[in-house]
Amino acid sequence: MADLSLPQQRAARRRLSLPNIPTAVVVTIVWILAILVVALLADQIAPYSLTRMDLKNRLAMPGNAAHWLGTDELGRDVLSRLLFSIRISLLIAFGATTISAVLGTLLGFLAAHFRGLIEQIVLMLADFQASMPFLILALAVLAFFGSSLQLLICLMGLYGWERYARIARGLAISAAAQGYAGAIRQLGATPSRIYFRHILPNIASTLIVSMTLVFPEVILLESGLSFLGLGVQPPMTSLGNMVGYAREYLGRAPWIMLAPATIIVLTTLAVSIIGDWLRDKLDPTLK
Amino acid sequence: MLRFFAVRVARAMLTIALVVTFAFIVLRLSGDPALIIMGPEAPPEVIAAFRKAWGLDDPIWIQYFDYFGAIARGELGRSMRDGRPAIQLVLERIPATLALTIPALILKLGIGIPAGILAALHRGSIIDRAVMAAAVAGFTVPSFVLGLVLVLIFAVQLGWLPSGGQDSWRHAILPILTLGIGGAAVLARFTRSAMLEVLGQPYVRTASAKGVAWRAVVVRHALPNAAIPTVTIIGFMVGTLIAGAVVVESVFSWPGVGRLLVVAVANRDLAVVQCVLLLVAATMVASNLAVDFLYGFLDPRLRTGTQAGAH
Repeated sequence: MADLSLPQQRAARRRLSLPNIPTAVVVTIVWILAILVVALLADQIAPYSLTRMDLKNRLAMPGNAAHWLGTDELGRDVLSRLLFSIRISLLIAFGATTISAVLGTLLGFLAAHFRGLIEQIVLMLADFQASMPFLILALAVLAFFGSSLQLLICLMGLYGWERYARIARGLAISAAAQGYAGAIRQLGATPSRIYFRHILPNIASTLIVSMTLVFPEVILLESGLSFLGLGVQPPMTSLGNMVGYAREYLGRAPWIMLAPATIIVLTTLAVSIIGDWLRDKLDPTLK
Repeated sequence: MLRFFAVRVARAMLTIALVVTFAFIVLRLSGDPALIIMGPEAPPEVIAAFRKAWGLDDPIWIQYFDYFGAIARGELGRSMRDGRPAIQLVLERIPATLALTIPALILKLGIGIPAGILAALHRGSIIDRAVMAAAVAGFTVPSFVLGLVLVLIFAVQLGWLPSGGQDSWRHAILPILTLGIGGAAVLARFTRSAMLEVLGQPYVRTASAKGVAWRAVVVRHALPNAAIPTVTIIGFMVGTLIAGAVVVESVFSWPGVGRLLVVAVANRDLAVVQCVLLLVAATMVASNLAVDFLYGFLDPRLRTGTQAGAH
């Protein structure tokens, strides 16, 4: 998370990270891969089903043979619920980050291509989005429409689009002035071919870095909404739901809260570290 | 200078108009506004009166302008839970929220800015690394987790402080700490990078080279310039005084605007939600405007108008 405001620092960093990947980044990549595997294979590796109750073992401590991470007050296995929660939270975060990147990039390209009124509208919407707290907008939408998984993914997909739109617009405008875009236009390529086959690959690294910044924020937002009971609805569960639910048993069974909280913190931390590292490697101009 | 301010005021009005449009569109998309605002149990004659009062039988664009008019007159509907005007319910809760967010803001400024400046002045030192590590933790630990961990330590384990409610000043300590610590981390990181940016500028080198004492260089040359970007983020924090405690108020069962909003969303009490939305927008816009005006005084380039487009 170091702020690379000084060129020397940047250069020093790059010299360090170019020959081999720093240990911290390796650790975080391994963590992300492990989380992904867990999310994909939750059905196979979860020891119990999501709702299976073991009424003889309610609020069991972590570390026993039957329930590694203990149980909640209905005797449901915390580890199993954690695995399914990771799946839902990651699904929302990946879905939303993808939607927001696609939407933002498209709007940015539209602004860059048409300029004039369309550009002004896109920039105005971007300013609006950046100046309102997203949590409040999201709560308003959820109040009007109720909550469902699809709506939640689409809603979170509106988070952060303005950053991609600004980057895509700026870079597309400067790319259009460069030789390769002009050359391909002279050859008679359609605008969509120029933007998606030629300009997009050239600016993709910057957009990917932005995705690594938006992704952890989406995880935090979704878990916040779910914590409030307004995001993912039971019987489905997400990391935020688990924390919200565990609040009631904080005194007697803190592990129900600590297990999902640890996953949230480590995952957002890991993606941020990878994002910082990618930023240094791919795109020294982006601050 | 006048033109600069006029443009800013126009943009502020435009943002408010966008929020009202957003509320209008979302309200229309989600069903019959008469039923939604008045509630399904409202008597038919009340619904009819509402339809007439709000012009729901008019063409949509006339409705759109009427909606603006109604909001300008402060007609924001009634809570469907107890029938009281939504605006009144929201205004009642503001003092409780400010009792958390204002001390938290002071805490953020008191910790975040000195920590950021210190880290920048001693870049690469232990202090710098500690501040940055704390800043990263402040970003990755969500407020509800931080709040619950504080409850676990200070309420459950040590028993020093209550875990929720609003009976005495002691109840406010943990929510203020939760809000303050997270914000201080963000502010520290931001101040540090603003300060590093300024310290690398030629005028700082010039001041040092001509023999100005380092302390004077920092106080007279670096700090005022680093203040310019920092003011923006502080302005954003001021803008969230009303709505920045949604999650934390819920963690600590604190009866503020945020708690009201969450309960209203859960009960689909749309008049209250709409009211909070507009109030938050108004606060954000007002604080952004204040920041812009402050910029005008902090950054002399803006006053001439030549650089206005660049910001």
